[in-house]
Amino acid sequence: MAVGTQYLAEQQPKLSTTSLVLGAIAIAALIAAPFFFYPVFLMSILCFALFACAFNLLIGYVGLLSFGHAAFFGGAAYYTAHAVKVWGLEPLTGILFGAAGAAAMGLIIGFIAIRRQGIYFAMITLALSQMFAFICLQVPFTHGEDGIQGVPRGHLLGIIDLNQPLSMYYVTLAIFLFGVFAVWRIVNSPFGNILKAIRENERRAVSLGYRVDRYKLGAFVMSAALAGLAGGTKAIVFQFATLTDVQWQMSGEVILMTLLGGIGTMIGPIVGAGLVIALQNYLASSQFPVTVLIGIIFVICVLLFRRGIVGEILELMKRKPKGNV
Amino acid sequence: MRVLKPILFALSCTVAAQAAYAQNISDNVVKIGILNDQSGVYADFGGKSSVAAAQMAVEDFGGKVNGASIEVVNADHQNKPDVASSIARQWYDADKVDAIMELTTSSVALAVQGLSKEKKKITMTTGAATTELTGKQCSPYGFHWAYDTHALAVGTGGALVENGGNKWFFLTADYAFGYSLEEQTSKFVKSKGGQVVGSVRHPLAATDYSSFLLQAQSSGANVIGMANAGLDTANAIKQAAEFGITQGGTRLAALLFTLAEVKGLGLQSAQGLTLTEGWYWDQNDENRAFAKRFQAKTGKMPNMIHVGTYSTVMQYLKAVQKAGTDETEAVAKALHEMPVQDAFTKNGKVLPNGRMVYDMYLFQVKKPEESKSEWDMYKQLATIPGDQAYMKAAESGCQLTQ
Repeated sequence: MAVGTQYLAEQQPKLSTTSLVLGAIAIAALIAAPFFFYPVFLMSILCFALFACAFNLLIGYVGLLSFGHAAFFGGAAYYTAHAVKVWGLEPLTGILFGAAGAAAMGLIIGFIAIRRQGIYFAMITLALSQMFAFICLQVPFTHGEDGIQGVPRGHLLGIIDLNQPLSMYYVTLAIFLFGVFAVWRIVNSPFGNILKAIRENERRAVSLGYRVDRYKLGAFVMSAALAGLAGGTKAIVFQFATLTDVQWQMSGEVILMTLLGGIGTMIGPIVGAGLVIALQNYLASSQFPVTVLIGIIFVICVLLFRRGIVGEILELMKRKPKGNV
Repeated sequence: MRVLKPILFALSCTVAAQAAYAQNISDNVVKIGILNDQSGVYADFGGKSSVAAAQMAVEDFGGKVNGASIEVVNADHQNKPDVASSIARQWYDADKVDAIMELTTSSVALAVQGLSKEKKKITMTTGAATTELTGKQCSPYGFHWAYDTHALAVGTGGALVENGGNKWFFLTADYAFGYSLEEQTSKFVKSKGGQVVGSVRHPLAATDYSSFLLQAQSSGANVIGMANAGLDTANAIKQAAEFGITQGGTRLAALLFTLAEVKGLGLQSAQGLTLTEGWYWDQNDENRAFAKRFQAKTGKMPNMIHVGTYSTVMQYLKAVQKAGTDETEAVAKALHEMPVQDAFTKNGKVLPNGRMVYDMYLFQVKKPEESKSEWDMYKQLATIPGDQAYMKAAESGCQLTQ
C-alpha cells in the first residue's frame, strides 16, 4: 500500500477554491463560445478533446502507449452512424451503442495487448487496429472509401432538435463534460491510484498483491469506451463516418494532441486537441502546407518543452513559490 | 431647402437603383470556393493548380458578373472529410460562399454534396470518381464534371478491346473502389467481345507487385488492367517496366491516371500505358493556347481535373449571368439547361441527375524517343462519345430522374 498512499498524499488534488473557480470560468466560456466561434468547429474540437482525454487516461495515468486508439474512435463512429441511419435509432442511444461497441473492442484488443509492455504493447495495438481498419475497408456496411454518409441528426430523446446548431453544440458539450468528469473521477479514485502505482513501478504493485493485468485491462476498456463516446458524437455532429477516423494516422494524431498539450495532465489533451484542430482549420486556406507546420510544432515541442504546453505551465507554477521562499 | 430637395431626390433615386441592382446577387459578390487536397497524395492531381484554373476562368469571364464582383476562395481539406465539412459549413454560413467546386476524393465530395443539398447550395465536383454523386446520393444542386468510374471503365475497357487488347488480366486494389472498377471494366471488355483471363487482388498501398505481375504475365493476357489508383498504380507500372512486361508486347491499362501522374512517373516507365482522359493539351490549337496560358501561370500543363475546374467555374458564372441572380434554384435550373461549350469541351450537356456528359479520349503514353518536348506525352487512340461513356440518367439510380 505504500505506493498507493504516497500517491494519495502527493497527487490527489483536493478541489481547491481556485481550481473550482477556474473550472467554473472555463465551463462558462464553453457555454458562451458558440456565440463567438463557429459551432461546428467548436464541436469538432470538443470531440477530439474528449478523444485525447480518453487516450491520456491510458498513457498519462497507466503509462501504456496505445498506438491503436483510432480503432475505437473510428469504430464507434461507424457503429453510431449505422445504428442511427440504418436502424433508425435515437441519436443518444446511437452514441451509447457506439461507445459500447468500442468498449467491447477495447476488451478484446486490450486482453491481447496488455500482456506486453512498452514498444511491444504499442506494436500489438497498432497491428490490431490496422486489422480493424482493413476490415472497415472491406465490409459492406461501411461503404468502403465512400463512408457512411448523410447520417440524420434527428431529435435527442425525441424532443431536442439536433439540426439546430446551438442545441447540437450544447449536447456535444454535455457529453464532453461528462467524459472529462469521468476521466477525472477515474484518475482520482482508489482505482486510479493503483493505476498510477502500476505506472511508476509495476513489479512493486504486483508484489503488493494487485492483479495488475486486470487493472490495466479495466483502464484500457474505459479508455476505449470514452474514445468511442467521442467517435460516436463526432458521427452525429458531422453526419458521416469515414475511413479517415480508423486509419493509423488518426492514432498518431491523438498522440500528437496529447503530447503537445501535456501527458498526464487533466487539461493538457484538451488544449492540445484545440491547438491541432484549430491549425488544421485555419491553415487550410493559407498558402502554407498544414502537415509541415504541425510537424514543425511537434519537433519544437519535443525539443524545447517536453512536458507539453500545460505540463510546462504547471511545472512553472510549482517552481515559483519555491523560488520566492 | 428648395435647392436641397432635388438633390436629395436624385440621391435617393441613385441609392434605390443601386439597391435594385444589387438585389439579385447576394452581398453584391459571387463567391466560389475551391476545396481540395493541396498538401497530400492528390496535390498534383488537382491541388493549387485547380485554384489557378478557377482564377483563370474568372479572368476570362471578365472579373464581373451582372455588375457584381467575383471572388475565389480556396482551402486544403487534407483528405479529411471532417475538415472539409467544417470548412464548407463555415464558408456557407459565415463567409457567404455561393458554390463549392473541385472536391477531390469520394468521401469528401459525398460529404460536402450532402451538406450542400441540405443548405441548398451548388456543388460542382471534378476531382472525385464515384458514380454515387449522381447516383443514389444525387442532389438537385450537385453537379459532376470531368470523369467518373463508369467513363473510365468504358473508355479504357471498351475502347481498348476495339484497339486490339482483347485478353485481359486485372490487377485490382483489394477494396470497394478496386472491385467496382474491375467489375465495370470487365463488363465492357466482354460486351465488346474481349475476354477476362484472370485477376489478382493486391492489398492497398502494396509496395511489391512482382508476384502479381508475374501471374499476369504467365496468364497469356495481352492487357493488364490496373484497377487501382494513385501510388499503387504508379508502383505497379514502374515494376512492370523493370520486368520488361511492356516490351514483351503486353499492354498496361491504367484505369485512373492523368497527365500529372504520367509526368511524375516519367516516359521511360510509363511508355505504352493506355489510359482515359477527357482533355489533352496537344489535341488542337485552342487547347494548345489554353495550356500555354495555364503553364505560364503554374509551370505545368493541365490535366482534365484542372481544365474541368476551369469549366465548372466558367459554366457557373454563365449560369448566374443567364439566371440574372445567384439564387441557388435559378442557377441550378440554368446549369441543367445550358450546353457546355468552353475550353474544356465543345459538346457538353448536363443530365437531370447532375452528370455532365462529354466526349472522352483513349490515349497511349509515347515512347521517350517519340516525344518531341517535355510535355509531349500522349498519342490519341480513340474518341469515346459522351453518350456511351456516361451512364444514362435513368439507369443511375438517382431519385431525381424517376
